[in-house]
Amino acid sequence: MKLSALFFIVVCNSSLSAAATLNYGRDIQPILSEHCFHCHGSDEKSRKGELRLDVRERALKGGEGDGPAIVPGKPEASAIIARVLSHDSDEVMPPPKEKKPVSAAQADILKRWIAEGANYAKHWAFEAPRKEAVPAGENPVDAFVKVKLEAMKLRSSPRAEAATLCRRLHLDLVGLPPSPAAVAEFVQASATNAKAAATALVEKLMKSPQFGEKWARHWLDAARYSDSNGYEKDLPREQWAWRDWVINAFNKDMPYDQFLIEQLAGDLLPNATQDQLVATGFLRNSMVNEEGAIVPEQFRMDEMFDRMDCIGKATLGLSVQCAQCHTHKFDPITHDEYFGIFAFFNNAYEAQSWVYTPEQQKQIAQIKTAVLAAEERLKKQRPQWEREMVAWEASVKAKEVAWTPLKATELESTIGLNHPTQEPDLSILTQGHPTTKGDIYVVFEADLKGVTGLRLEALMHRDLPFNGPGRSKYGTWAVSEMVVTYQVPDSDKWEPLKLVNASADFSEPDARLEEEWKADFDKQQKRVRGPVSYLIDGNDDTAWRADRGAGLRNQEDVAVVQFEKPLDLPANAKLKVLLRFHHSGGGNGRDNTILGRCRVSTTTAPTPQAQPVYYAAVLAMQTAPEKRTAEQKHALFTAWRKTVKEAKVINDQIAAEWMKQPAALTSVLHLAEREGDNARATKLLDRGAWDRPKQIVAPHTPAALHAPEKTDKMDRLAFARWLADKRSALTARVAVNRVWQAIFGSGLVETSEDFGTRAAVPEYRELLDWLAVDFMEHGWSHKHLIQTILASATYQQSSRTTPELLERDPKNRLLARGPRFRMEAEVVRDSALSIAGLLHQKIGGPSIFPPVPQSMLDYNFFKVDYWVPPTGPERYRRALYVFRKRSMPDPVMSSFDAPNGDLACARRPRSNTPLSALTSLNETVFVEAAQALAQRILREGGTDDTSRANYAYQLCTARGIKPAELQSVLKLLEANRARLRQGELKAGQIAFSSLTKPEELPTDATPNDIAVWTIVSRVLLNLDETLTKS
Amino acid sequence: MTTNMNPLHHLSERTTALTRRWFLRDCGVGLAGIAMNSLLTREASAALQNAAPKGPHFPAKAKRVIYMFQAGAPSHLELFDPKPELTKRNGKLPPPELLKGYRAAFIKPNSALLGSKYKFAKHGQSGMDFSEVLPHTAELADELCMIRSMQTDAVNHAPAQILMNTGSQQFGRPSFGAWTLYGLGSEGEDLPGYVVLTSSIGTSAGASNYGCGFLPTSYGGVPFRSAGDPVLYLSNPKGIDDKAQRSSLDALNELNQAALGDAGDPEIAARIASYEMAYRLQTSAPELMDLSGEPKHILDMYGIKDVKEASYARNCLLARRLIERGVRFVQLFNEAWDQHANLTRDIKKNCGKTDQASAALVKDLKQRGLLDDTLVVWGGEFGRTPMVQGGNDGRDHHNRCYSYWLAGAGLKKGHIHGETDELGFNVVRDPVHVHDLNATLLHLLGFDHEKLTYRFQGRDYRLTDVHGHVVKGILA
Repeated sequence: MKLSALFFIVVCNSSLSAAATLNYGRDIQPILSEHCFHCHGSDEKSRKGELRLDVRERALKGGEGDGPAIVPGKPEASAIIARVLSHDSDEVMPPPKEKKPVSAAQADILKRWIAEGANYAKHWAFEAPRKEAVPAGENPVDAFVKVKLEAMKLRSSPRAEAATLCRRLHLDLVGLPPSPAAVAEFVQASATNAKAAATALVEKLMKSPQFGEKWARHWLDAARYSDSNGYEKDLPREQWAWRDWVINAFNKDMPYDQFLIEQLAGDLLPNATQDQLVATGFLRNSMVNEEGAIVPEQFRMDEMFDRMDCIGKATLGLSVQCAQCHTHKFDPITHDEYFGIFAFFNNAYEAQSWVYTPEQQKQIAQIKTAVLAAEERLKKQRPQWEREMVAWEASVKAKEVAWTPLKATELESTIGLNHPTQEPDLSILTQGHPTTKGDIYVVFEADLKGVTGLRLEALMHRDLPFNGPGRSKYGTWAVSEMVVTYQVPDSDKWEPLKLVNASADFSEPDARLEEEWKADFDKQQKRVRGPVSYLIDGNDDTAWRADRGAGLRNQEDVAVVQFEKPLDLPANAKLKVLLRFHHSGGGNGRDNTILGRCRVSTTTAPTPQAQPVYYAAVLAMQTAPEKRTAEQKHALFTAWRKTVKEAKVINDQIAAEWMKQPAALTSVLHLAEREGDNARATKLLDRGAWDRPKQIVAPHTPAALHAPEKTDKMDRLAFARWLADKRSALTARVAVNRVWQAIFGSGLVETSEDFGTRAAVPEYRELLDWLAVDFMEHGWSHKHLIQTILASATYQQSSRTTPELLERDPKNRLLARGPRFRMEAEVVRDSALSIAGLLHQKIGGPSIFPPVPQSMLDYNFFKVDYWVPPTGPERYRRALYVFRKRSMPDPVMSSFDAPNGDLACARRPRSNTPLSALTSLNETVFVEAAQALAQRILREGGTDDTSRANYAYQLCTARGIKPAELQSVLKLLEANRARLRQGELKAGQIAFSSLTKPEELPTDATPNDIAVWTIVSRVLLNLDETLTKS
Repeated sequence: MTTNMNPLHHLSERTTALTRRWFLRDCGVGLAGIAMNSLLTREASAALQNAAPKGPHFPAKAKRVIYMFQAGAPSHLELFDPKPELTKRNGKLPPPELLKGYRAAFIKPNSALLGSKYKFAKHGQSGMDFSEVLPHTAELADELCMIRSMQTDAVNHAPAQILMNTGSQQFGRPSFGAWTLYGLGSEGEDLPGYVVLTSSIGTSAGASNYGCGFLPTSYGGVPFRSAGDPVLYLSNPKGIDDKAQRSSLDALNELNQAALGDAGDPEIAARIASYEMAYRLQTSAPELMDLSGEPKHILDMYGIKDVKEASYARNCLLARRLIERGVRFVQLFNEAWDQHANLTRDIKKNCGKTDQASAALVKDLKQRGLLDDTLVVWGGEFGRTPMVQGGNDGRDHHNRCYSYWLAGAGLKKGHIHGETDELGFNVVRDPVHVHDLNATLLHLLGFDHEKLTYRFQGRDYRLTDVHGHVVKGILA
C-alpha cells in the first residue's frame, strides 16, 4: 500500500515535470481525500465549519468565516493554501491532532492546481468506461502498453520461451502444469508459428472442464465460500451445489451479467429453475452464528452487513460497508443509500432447499405428472366433484370450533439457549442455536374462564430448513411432551392442569426412535415416537411425530388436547404451556428435532377435537375461495379426495407415487423473497447498530451511479439488473480487473476491492476501460476477455528482469516484463499432485476432508467428529474441493495465503514464510506426492540418472535440466544413495507410506532407487520455479 | 546470528544489494513481510525499518507482550472483585432500576442475586483483594495493576472474543498480536514473531482470534502445539534425518540461486530465506519446547510435574522461553471459564490449573529482569452476572463490568483501577472499554493508537476502530 503511494509519487513527479497541466483525479483528489475530505467531504454529519471541498462550487463559496477556500487562478487568495501553510497551530489545516499534515510538495501541487484554474473532475471510476481507438490489427493490451513504455523510455521484454509460455498458459487457464508431451507439442508448433500455436492452445484449454475449476476459485474468494457456518459452533454446512454452479458457469462461459443476476436473484426470475435457485446460494455464503442464547436478529443483521460488504468488494469495487454507520467519507455513498441497497436484500427469508440431480428432477416431474393425471382421472370419474368438495368443506368447517390464539407475556427456552419470538400472527418462532434439548415455554395472561382445550399448530416458515415446521435436517420435528400449568395472582406456585383426549390431524405409527436420532442421554434407546397421545402421557421418552415421508413432509399439522374439566380460574391467572423436546440426536445440535414454528390457542367449545383432515386444507379454508392460491386449492382437493371412499384405488395410486420421491443428496442455503403481509420494511440503523432502527428506507441505488431502469417492483431482481446493466461504470471494470489480477498477479487497479476515490489511479486506466467495454460488447464473455489478454505480446513476453528494470518498476506495474509470481495455494497443491501423477480429475461434488494433524482437530471449540480423509483416489482431488472450515483454516491453503471465507476477499496477499516452506516440504499430501513422483520418474524417465533428472525437471518446470542443475541433483543423489546403501537411511521409510505402494515399476528398480528419487522429488517439488508461474 | 546462517550470504553481492533496494521499495507483502517477521538479517530488517512507516511513535515502555487470554469469561465476582453486599442479598431479586435496558445471554435479568462462592482477603501492602482460590496470584498484590472496570459491547462468546482480540465484533480484522508485529516487527531470528499457545479446547472465535486479518499473512499468530509437531509440519517426513534434510536444502538452495541469477526476481531470494528459516525453526522450535533443561525449582515454581504433558502451566513457562528468544507477542488461550453451572467446582478447578503458573510467570519474568519491558495481560471476553443462572451455582454472561489484571512495563504496581457498584453489576468509576484497554496497551508499546493504521479498502483501519482513550490512570 505504502509502496504504491511511493511509486505513485515517483512516477507522477517524473510525469509532472513533463506534463503541462495537472490531472484532478490523479494529482489533486488523493491529496484532498487524504487530508481534507474527512471533515470537508460528503458526510454532512462530520463536516466542520460548513466547508465542503469535494464539490467545486462549495469550495469556491468557502466555509464559515474563512472566505472562499479556493479562488481559481489565485492561490494566494485561497483560504485552503493559507490554512495548509499556516504555522499557527490553531489555524493550520488539517488540525495537528489529526496527525496528517500536508507536505510542502503537496501544497505546491495544490497551488499550481489553483493557479491553473482549480478544475475538478468526476472520479474516473464513476464515469462509464470508453473504448479508445487502437491501431487496427494490434492487440489492445499491447497498443496501450507500447505507448506508455515509450513515454517512460522502457522496452518490452522479448517473447518468453515456448516451453515457459506453454506452462504459463496451462497454469492460467486450467491451474495445472502441462505434461512433457504437451510442452513438446507446443514447442514444435511454436517453431512454425508461435502466435498461432498460442492461440490454438488457449482455445483448447478453454474447452477443458478444468478451466471452470481454476476460474471458479477466484470467484469463490470474492464470494467468501466456506463449508462451515463460522462462529463458535462452526457446524458444517452443505453449500457445494453452489460451488458446482460456479464451475459450470465458467465452463459454459455464462455471460457475466447473467452470472450476477442469477446469483443475486435467480429465484425471482420467471419460471426459475433449480439451478437459478442454487445460484442465489452466493448470498448465503455469510457466516451463521449458532451460539447458545444469541438474539437471531442481531446476527441476521451481521449477515446482511456481510452481504453488503461482499457485493461492494466483489462486484462494485466499492467500500460500501464504510457507509454502514455514517455517510462514506470519501466516496459518494450516503448512509441512507447504504440502507437503500440493504433494502433490496433485507426483504428475504434465509431458506434452505433440497438440490436434486437432473435425473431426480425428472423423476420428481414424473411423480407430479402422475399425481396430476390420477387427480384428473378422479375428477372425470366424479363430474360432481366440485359440488361434493363444497359440501365436504362445509361439513369440516361446521365441526371446527372457534379458537383464540394466545399472546405470550413471557416466552423463553427453559435453559435460555434460545430466545423464541412471537410473530404478528401470534405464532412462535424458534431460531438460533440448534438445540438438542431445547424445551420452550410460553406464559399467557388471558381470560381463561370456561376454557376447555388447547390447540397446538405446527406451522411452516421459510426461515426453517426446507420450510419446517421443524428445525431438523429434514425440517421435521418431534414433541415429547406438552405440560400445562397455571398460577393464580399473588402466588408463585405453578399448579398442574391435567390434559386428556389428545387428537391430531395425523400421527405416525408407534415405533422406536430411528438410529439417526440416537443420543448420549438415551443409551438404552428407550425413546419411541408416534401417536398424539404421547404428547400428554407424562413420559418424556415418548413423542408425537407426524412425518409423512420424503414426498409429503414439510406440512402443517395440528394437535388438540382437552382439559380434564373446563378451567375455572380467577381473572389474571397465568397459564404456562411447556413444550418438551427430548427426541433430538447428538451432533452438537445438528440432529435436533425442535419444532421451529408453532401457535397455541384456546377454546371454550365443549370437547374440542382435531379433525383427521390434512391441516393444510383446514388452514386453506380460512381463505375466501376466490383468494386461494393454487397450493391451497390443491391442499383442499387432496384432503377431500381422501374422504371419498370410491377414490380408494386412485388415492392408493397417488400415495404410491409419493413413495417414489427420491432423496436429495444435498441442499443449498439461499434467500427467498418475503411477500405480501410478510414483507419486511428496512429501517435505517442509527450508527449501523442492529438494535437502533430509525426511519423506513425504500430500496434505492446510490445517486452518483447510473439510475435503475423503471420497474414496478424494486426487489432483488431489480437490483441485480441494475448492477448488471451496461451503463454501470463499475461492474465490467471490476470483473475485468479480477481477471487481470489472476493473470498478472495484481490488478490494473491494484486495490481490486476499491475503485473509489482513495484508490491510486491505475497506470493503464485506458486499457482497463477498453477491455471493460469490449467485455460488455462481447456478451460479457470471460473467455473472450481472457483470450484477448493472453493473445497479447505483453502477456507472452519473458518474465526475466534486470536490476535496472527492478529499480524502475519493482512491482511490474508498467508491464515491461511478463508476469512472475508464486502461484495461489490451490495451484501449488494441485501442481504437486499433477506432477506426481496423483491428481484425481473429477469435476464437482461434495468437499473432501484433507488429512490434518490431530493437534489441529483438537483445537476446535466443538469436537470435530466427521473429519474422515479419504484413502482412495478422492484424497487427491483438486484443492478447490478441500473442505474449508472457517474456525480451523486449512493449514496448507492458509500457509499459502488462501482466505478462510470469514468475509469477501477480492485479492490475496502473497507471502513467503517458513511455515509455507515446511508445508510443501513435509505435509502429508506433499510427501505422498514426492513418493509418487519418484515412482513416476523411475517408470517414465528413462534408465539413467541424467535422463531421469531431466525428465523430473520437465515435469516440474516444463523445461530440461541445465548442466549446473544436473550437477546439484547428481550430488544429492550420490550423497543419499551412499547413505542408503550403508543403511544410514531406511529406504522403506522414505519411499512408502500406507497409501503409496509401488506400482508398475521397472523390474530393476530397488527400494533404494525409489527412496533416493523421493528425496530428489521432494526438492524438485519445492523449487522456486515449480511453485512459481514464470 | 553467524554469517553462514545468513540466508543472503549465498547470494551474489550484486543481488544482495538489489534485494535490499527491493526491500526499501516494497513494504507490502512478500519478502518485506518476512523481514518484519525477522526471518532475514538484521541488516535487511534495519533497511526495511527505514522504509516502513512503522516503528514506535515514541519511546516504548514495553517491548513485548504476553497475553493470557482466559476464554469463556472468568467471573470477576469469584476472583477479583469482592462484593459483601451481593453476598448479603443472596437470593433476593436485583433492584428493578438496575435492569432497565439490560440484556444477559441466557437468563431472565430478573433472577435472584448470587453471592460470591469464595472468601476474599486483602493482600500485600497495597491491600489488593483476591479470593481464596487465587493464593499465588494474591502474592503479586504489590506487582499487579488490577482493572475492575472493564466493559464490552458483546454478550456472546465468539463476537466478544473477536472484539477483545481484534477490536471488532465482525470477523476479518487483524488481531492485537498482528498489529503489534506490524508496528514493531520481531526481535528474534529463529522464531516467528507472534506465537500462540493453547491449553484445553479451541476458543469460541477460533483461529480468527489470532489472525492477520487484512495485514500480510506473516503477521498472524503461529500456534505452537503441545502434541505432535510443535509447529505444523515441522518434522521431516519419515526416514529423512537431519543430514538428508541438510543435503536436500543445500541442493534446493543451489538450484534456487541459479534461478535467481537467471530470472533476477528478488522473490526467489525471499524463498531461499524462507527455507533456511524453516530449517532453523526445525531446530529452534523443538529446543524451545524441550523443558528438560529447566531446573527443578523453576518447574516447581510453575507447578509443572511432567515436562512433556500439555498444560496451561507448561504454556506459561514456554511463554517465558519464547520472549527470551526474541518473540514479540505470545498469546495463551485457555478456554475454560464459561461457568453457567458448576460455578463453585469449576472456578476452583480452573484456578488450580492456572493460578500458580500465571503468577509464576510474572515472578519468573521479574527475577530475570524481563518484567521491566514486558507487558503481561490476564483476562477474558466479559464478566459474569451477579444474578444466578440455574439453581444456585451458575452465572450468565455479563458485559457491563469485568476484571483484567496487567503487570510489567510502564504500569502502576499494586494499583486497582476503576470500581463497580456494590453488586458488581455496573461500573461506577473509571470505566475501561475494550478499545481503551487496547489503546493503552498500544501506548505502552510506543504507539499512538490513532496513528498505527493500515490502509485497506481506502480506509485507514486501526485496532481501536474509531474509539479508545489511553487509560492514563494505570500508567506508572
